[in-house]
Amino acid sequence: MLELGTDELAKYPFLEGAGKFLKEKGFPLSQFGTDPDLKSVVDKAYHRLKVSTKGGVYKSEIVDGEASDTAREKEIFSFLLAIVLIKLSGMHTLVKRFALAEARRAENHLEKDLGKASDKSKIDLAIRIIYDLFHIEVTKEDEFFKIPVSDYLKHSIDFHEREWKLVNRYVENGKVLLTPDKTVRLIRKELGTYITSKITNAPTPPMIPGLENIVNELTSIGKALTPSYTITTGEYPPCIKHAIEILEKGENLPHSGRFMLATFLLSKGQTVQQIAPLFKNAPDYNPRVTLYQLNHLAGTSGSGTQYSCPSCEKLKTQSLCFPIPACDNIINPLQFGRKKK
Amino acid sequence: MKESDLLFLEDSFKKYYFNHFDLIKVPERTSEREFGYQKFNSGMTRHISIKDDKELHLILMQNIPSDVYCSNAYYTFPSLQMNEKDWKEADLIFDIDAKDLNLPCREGHTVSICNECNEVSKTLTQCSKCNSSKLEKKSVPCKNCIDASKIEVEKLSQVLIDDFAITKENIQVYFSGNEGFHVYVYNSQFQEIGSRERSELTDYISLRGAIPETFGMRKLKQDRAALPDFDEKGWRGRFSKQVFGSKSKRSKIITELLSNGYSSFQKTLDDVSENIGVKIDPNVTMDIHRIFRLPGSINSKSGLTKIQCDDLAKFDPYTEASFLSDDTVEVIANCPIEFKLKNKKFGPYLNEKTTLPTFAAVYMICKKLARIA
Repeated sequence: MLELGTDELAKYPFLEGAGKFLKEKGFPLSQFGTDPDLKSVVDKAYHRLKVSTKGGVYKSEIVDGEASDTAREKEIFSFLLAIVLIKLSGMHTLVKRFALAEARRAENHLEKDLGKASDKSKIDLAIRIIYDLFHIEVTKEDEFFKIPVSDYLKHSIDFHEREWKLVNRYVENGKVLLTPDKTVRLIRKELGTYITSKITNAPTPPMIPGLENIVNELTSIGKALTPSYTITTGEYPPCIKHAIEILEKGENLPHSGRFMLATFLLSKGQTVQQIAPLFKNAPDYNPRVTLYQLNHLAGTSGSGTQYSCPSCEKLKTQSLCFPIPACDNIINPLQFGRKKK
Repeated sequence: MKESDLLFLEDSFKKYYFNHFDLIKVPERTSEREFGYQKFNSGMTRHISIKDDKELHLILMQNIPSDVYCSNAYYTFPSLQMNEKDWKEADLIFDIDAKDLNLPCREGHTVSICNECNEVSKTLTQCSKCNSSKLEKKSVPCKNCIDASKIEVEKLSQVLIDDFAITKENIQVYFSGNEGFHVYVYNSQFQEIGSRERSELTDYISLRGAIPETFGMRKLKQDRAALPDFDEKGWRGRFSKQVFGSKSKRSKIITELLSNGYSSFQKTLDDVSENIGVKIDPNVTMDIHRIFRLPGSINSKSGLTKIQCDDLAKFDPYTEASFLSDDTVEVIANCPIEFKLKNKKFGPYLNEKTTLPTFAAVYMICKKLARIA
């Protein structure tokens, strides 16, 4: 187990040490509902959550190494309290968004720590966190970080950009050489999963008197995020159904999956305005970006090219294909159902 | 295949198995492997678990299989159905086959058998007798094919050793029993990786899917210094040696590459990977549930044995992997091309009766180029 100071815990509050820290400080949860001195922590926790529901990443005001211990403590408390608030609200949609936002925040810190050529202890800590959480052995050599090829493959296999193919990496002596940002990018998804599981597994405390209003507010925010549309999935092929299900659950559909879904529905004659709400529940939803991208795919903006739905073959290599007998003899999802006798 | 041909093949295979138990050994961690076999003119029997050499030899004698296989994977319950086996790990395997190398010599030693009228000829596009295009192609021994395959094995070993830190002792090379090689890698960091990861590994080894940026070429803001150096490791180093030829030419060629632009660079890269990428069959490597031909067993496509090559450079499969007897047999042979086996010349035969040693008769019957008279 890592021995962590408040500096580290403020950056990585999801590590084991944080809960222990709270216990050592001796605050009972109930005190947060009543103690006016702790009101600022409650506000911070609420703010932290709210930013995440909007797809943003909470920016703390403490600058590395320059904050007071009190400021750092507040930072750690606000994270722990945010989890308590999520549990009290009972809204699952908040978990996903909060975990994603916190993962991105931690990612920024890890990247900075790994990139600190002058501070070996910071680098060592980041390396140890990556090892403790994800069992990847990272070693540092010159300006690069080296990780075993097999670990690289396990973690990069779902990345679709060509630069992540092993053939486009420096490989020597059984190791892949990566820059700090790529090293951290490799574990982004796992970091999110790790934080999600921490929240999911945390016990739900009884309602804390004094926090009812905040909790109610969060519940209604969570409800608003849950999509109210209904989609008739009857005639859609399994790949499209699967993508819609993922989005409905508020889970992250990879870029390739969103591309498939959007191009499929556009080809079926749906309009950009009809399709856009589907993505409302995506953890990183941004209405402006979604509309821009949909218009681009539809050919109503940009180069004017209308993008077509990828072939079954392509979807197979992207792990988006979940064939059923009715898929026999089709080579594109758009053909699904057409050939039926 | 005719009954008399089957009986002859079975009899020859049986003698081989009986006389060469020394060559047919179960691999290490036997009880964790899945075995399988095929009998002549029959389907595959798999999901078999075997405990030692004796049990294997018994199966061979009882069933006289045409082909014998063993998994490169290790399972808790190898004899259960696939989804219940409990996959643990798998050795890394590679298949290099001369027919995948696009060699110019192929045409000269390939004959076609018409599926409609059984005509055997040297024309490879349509039957010279009935014009049917349903042709089965059979290739006869060719030294050039073996030499070219060996080069691929060498290239593969080099990548495995230099880039993936595999030790020489953990690489074993086998002649496949027909016209290629099987390479096994043991105890590597890749034992536990899955199918998609193995597929990525094959793309790396074949230099498939490489982008110009990897070799320092950008669409915008070109930078000479980003292009690979002669003594760099990995594909950048091998790319340099291939494209620049010598250190002194590097500067001039880089100027050319940069001025030709990004898409031209991608084309150069594709051409280069055709040359220096290792030509392995990706489907074999990415299959983690495969049963792979067992070393020491006979390949029924040829009657030759899959055997380990201790000295690859000197290895000659057409003398060293042919273990069947010299006893003669009368056959009707139909093979318009001459070939050599065990240093003896055979053919051409134009649908004629001839007397052949067993090893050559089996070879030709396996290739459908002869039948027992």
